[in-house]
Amino acid sequence: MTSAALAGSASTGATTGETTGGPTGATTGGNVSRRSSRSRLVTVPFVAAVVGTAALVVASLFVGVFDVLGADDGWRMFLVTRVPRTVTLVLAGAVMAMSGLVMQQLTQNRFVEPTTTGTTEWAGLGMLAVMVVAPGAPLLLKMVAAVLAAFVGTLVFFAFLQRVALRSSVVVPIVGLMLGAVVGAVSTYVALSTNLLQSMGAWFLGSFTSVIQGQYEPIWAVVVVVVAVAVAADRFTVAGLGRDVSTGLGLDHRRVVLLGTVLIAAATGIVTVVVGNLPYLGLVVPNVVSMARGDDLRSNLPWVAVVGVALVTAADLLGRVVVMPFEIPVATILSVVGGVVFLALLLRQRRRG
Amino acid sequence: MITLSSVTKRYASDVAIGPVDLEVPAGGITALIGPNGAGKSTLLTIVGRLLGMDAGAVEIAGLDVARTRSADLARVVAVLRQENHLVTRLTVRQLVGFGRFPHSRGRLTAHDEEVVSRSVDFLDLGALEGRYLDELSGGQRQRAYVAMVLAQDTEVVLLDEPLNNLDMAHSVQMMQLLRRMTTELGRTVVVVLHDVNFAGHYADHVVALKDGLVRYTGTPAEVIRAEVLTDVFDTPVDVVDGPRGRLAVYY
Repeated sequence: MTSAALAGSASTGATTGETTGGPTGATTGGNVSRRSSRSRLVTVPFVAAVVGTAALVVASLFVGVFDVLGADDGWRMFLVTRVPRTVTLVLAGAVMAMSGLVMQQLTQNRFVEPTTTGTTEWAGLGMLAVMVVAPGAPLLLKMVAAVLAAFVGTLVFFAFLQRVALRSSVVVPIVGLMLGAVVGAVSTYVALSTNLLQSMGAWFLGSFTSVIQGQYEPIWAVVVVVVAVAVAADRFTVAGLGRDVSTGLGLDHRRVVLLGTVLIAAATGIVTVVVGNLPYLGLVVPNVVSMARGDDLRSNLPWVAVVGVALVTAADLLGRVVVMPFEIPVATILSVVGGVVFLALLLRQRRRG
Repeated sequence: MITLSSVTKRYASDVAIGPVDLEVPAGGITALIGPNGAGKSTLLTIVGRLLGMDAGAVEIAGLDVARTRSADLARVVAVLRQENHLVTRLTVRQLVGFGRFPHSRGRLTAHDEEVVSRSVDFLDLGALEGRYLDELSGGQRQRAYVAMVLAQDTEVVLLDEPLNNLDMAHSVQMMQLLRRMTTELGRTVVVVLHDVNFAGHYADHVVALKDGLVRYTGTPAEVIRAEVLTDVFDTPVDVVDGPRGRLAVYY
């Protein structure tokens, strides 16, 4: 189809035989190949970040009231609590940060993530529904219900977004937070009237305290989500250019949004059941990474994953250490950190106009 | 190159486009002109399959727009709307790289990088290619988007008011670039233009729309005429011989 372009460019002499079809003419030939569009991933800062995060993860294995190195059954304790807890920290941190990034691309809004769109509240409601209807239901059933509810809730939010044209506005997360508050209030009411408030309390304040062998295994399922997001990264970035531009580039925008919603719902549902609510994680991490590196999603994803792991692990370690031998839920610490960053982002946005 | 047959789009009972029958020839610049609300942009977005039609058919290079897979169309036609809301923090080069998405699905080959470099240079953005889009002026950003569309390497390029937000010098520059896209690269460019004088000076074919219908088509000499423009725009227009060609005067 580019024969016309070729004929045109042949006389300008800037192209290399039949490989082309691209614009020619204005080029100076020689300087073409040195330039590249992708940022390199394996750089000194990235390696440093990975090493630092690995150190946090190792610390997480050994920090706690129980002396896993000295005591007689230390090894057993290590396997029953520390390993599950640390695995969960890594997976939940990575997947929630990545979910936030995907959601921000799909909505073209920087302030959106599962806890500012009501997605986590919907997941909680789904989990509660199972606890009410079938009190002895296995973890897996709760998880399925949470994922389904998160999916429905996210679609509700996206449907709302399509009807109002305020994509860039900070009103979007405010509406999402309100939506989440309403759903959360329903959950609280139902939990109160069915005497389940205490079990729900653990959900409202996400914590890794109860993550032990026999209860954490479903978290492994998020590995699938992590891989799927990495594979579809380019599609999500193109979708982030907006519906029209991405359609012009041949992307089936609706299908990509649907895929993203499924992945976000799966991640949120699973993490909600195993850990609980991890507020602002998906907001803080992608925004910090984006500020530092711009938005090349494919090369940012590993960064977002690593920083997500580091942040959750650091917050959990802090929660374990400050009031030893007691623990502060990780959600509390994330709320404080996230709230501050959220505010800073809002102010920054206002200054930029 | 582009054939529209009885294309119809209805909004409300009194607002409608079409039925439009139109043949856009291969090569050169075809300009769509007309008053506000005439349906120029809507027609362009329908042709670029960003908007569905209620009836009729659009064919681009033999491909039925409604039936062809979007991914396949993206290798034949590139389309750019006038407002592109962007939150993603991308550099110029990264944005232009997305123009290769229909060809490489995101994994840029050496050939893709080469095409990207040429597109960047063609739009004279070489010095800015590492800059973030939110650090650029409106005109520079506009050029970056056009570079992206150019890198898509399609036979047909559809642009909705590419001169929007551009000052005099940049408007002229943009039109000259579009001209070169047709002459040097053999593209078929369809643009929506607000200024009839730009259409008269740079376009090879002019299509005048009014109330959702095609009223006149032809060469600039045939369409940029006092009685035609007066009829289309509902305001007295004179066409005079200026130092660089014919000029529509309507002030």
